Amino acid sequence: MSDLDLSEQAALSNAWQNWYRFSRNPTAVIGAIIVVVAVLLAVFAPYIVPYPADAGAVVDFQHRHLPPSWEHWFGTDNTGRDNFSRAIYGLRVSLALAGVVLVIAVPVGTVLGILAGYFGGWTEIVIMRLTDIALAIPPLVVALAVAAVLEPTLLNSMLALASLWWTWHARLVYSVTRQVRAQEYIEAAETLGASKLHILFREILPNVISPVAVKTSLDAGFVILIGAALSYLGLGVRPPTPDLGTMVANGANFLPDFWWESMLPATVILVLALGFNLLGDGLRDLFDVEDVR
Amino acid sequence: MSAPTLEIRNLTKTFPIRTAFGGKAGAVTAVDDVSLRVAAGAVYGLAGESGSGKSTIARMVMGLTRPDSGDILIDGQSIIGVKSHAHRGRVQMVFQNPGASLNPRRTVGQSIRVALDAHGKPAARVGDLLDMVQLPRHFADRYPHELSGGQKQRVAIARALAVEPRLLVLDEPTSALDVSVQAKVIELLEDLGRDLGLTYLFISHDLSLMRNFTAEVGVLYRGRIVETGPTARVFADPQHDYTRLLLASVPVISDEEAALRPDIPLINGELPTAEELLALRQAERKSE
Repeated sequence: MSDLDLSEQAALSNAWQNWYRFSRNPTAVIGAIIVVVAVLLAVFAPYIVPYPADAGAVVDFQHRHLPPSWEHWFGTDNTGRDNFSRAIYGLRVSLALAGVVLVIAVPVGTVLGILAGYFGGWTEIVIMRLTDIALAIPPLVVALAVAAVLEPTLLNSMLALASLWWTWHARLVYSVTRQVRAQEYIEAAETLGASKLHILFREILPNVISPVAVKTSLDAGFVILIGAALSYLGLGVRPPTPDLGTMVANGANFLPDFWWESMLPATVILVLALGFNLLGDGLRDLFDVEDVR
Repeated sequence: MSAPTLEIRNLTKTFPIRTAFGGKAGAVTAVDDVSLRVAAGAVYGLAGESGSGKSTIARMVMGLTRPDSGDILIDGQSIIGVKSHAHRGRVQMVFQNPGASLNPRRTVGQSIRVALDAHGKPAARVGDLLDMVQLPRHFADRYPHELSGGQKQRVAIARALAVEPRLLVLDEPTSALDVSVQAKVIELLEDLGRDLGLTYLFISHDLSLMRNFTAEVGVLYRGRIVETGPTARVFADPQHDYTRLLLASVPVISDEEAALRPDIPLINGELPTAEELLALRQAERKSE
């Protein structure tokens, strides 16, 4: 048997072990299922939803404010559009927001955190004080300010959130790096003559990945909530683009008689945020066990 | 005569004691005017208890800590202020705890390859190095947590040998291992030393290992070498009270071993600490 086969086997058995432990954790599995289903629904929304046309600006006054039924699972809204179809489309906006914000914020925060944690001295002072300043500003307020000064579009909200979100990851990665850096294997790598780049990204980064993955999953839930809050305040997505936060805001005008128009989209937000949080907790349990092993 | 592989001249290192506000409150002398020579292919043992300065000397030889004064020469060349990369090709270290000195997220092969890559050696040597430390080649794909303590220490030795050093610093290489495994690792080190012509600086508080493994020994007490000489001579006829105390602390099994043990007066039924013993001897000398 060649060396390659063995390495593949080892990788497979490791992945299988991890999957086995993960699958024994019911909350983690529920979280993972919610997230996967939400992503699939969002991606294939046009082929799944019962009334794809209702994603646009459709007006059908004969079917206004219908309660939940077999034809309209989430009822219909003020202009007679199917709320279920619009909620599924709304997942796209929420997930895109979380995805873009975290794709920008997580790598930036991770790299800055590792640099500050490993080099210390002036690098640490500059990066971490900058982080402290940024941490003092609430992301929602900045998003509001950006939306007020520039145009209130989804892209602007994303950039506003991303411009502050890296700080949490920088903080986390910094403290983990400080711990890892004190380990003997980092000193051993230095003794062997490994380059700084190697030590930062090959020795330290793999040890930082698991807490970052946990935090990223938990953060996805928060970003979705903030995105929904922005839309609720009318600073997110422009109508008629379907968005969960906007649906809650519009439906709230018709409380309590037509409760489904706000409560059901709100429930979707809740379940989505919950899914990411359960997944994050499950990942944390998984990685904790791995560290103890 | 050619220059010794390792020569240490009047090496001194003090560490400042800082107050809570960063001011200087004093200094600890960790290494105090230490000199020693290790000939090529020899095994030199540095014995001493925790805090005696053993590991500080190791770190200075590795270039991880700068000495305050004194000089360290490898093959007759000073390493103080020399570019570290070349130095690391000649001197390597095996750390005390193999569980901590191997990155848990990297396979054995990856860990060894770091050393090979850093010194421009072909990555294909990983297999040869595992052979050298008597581990199966397919261990290259294992993670440290899949290995026993002894196997991990063998990996650490293979990694240190990857750069083909002249001098290997062994900082308590067996103290984290089971007794049954210790002997095997020492045997391996002896074989490798003979086959590759390595010079060892062996640091330990374990005197029975010292007796079996080293040719020459230096006994460190509070940063000073209080006694030095051929291991057999020092162990048979210790001249310094601290050496006697260390030897008396070694547990013995047989009567022959017990006969070798120096006589130390007990204080309140226990072996005295080094400080107590030295104070006692001083008092005795005064009263004479």
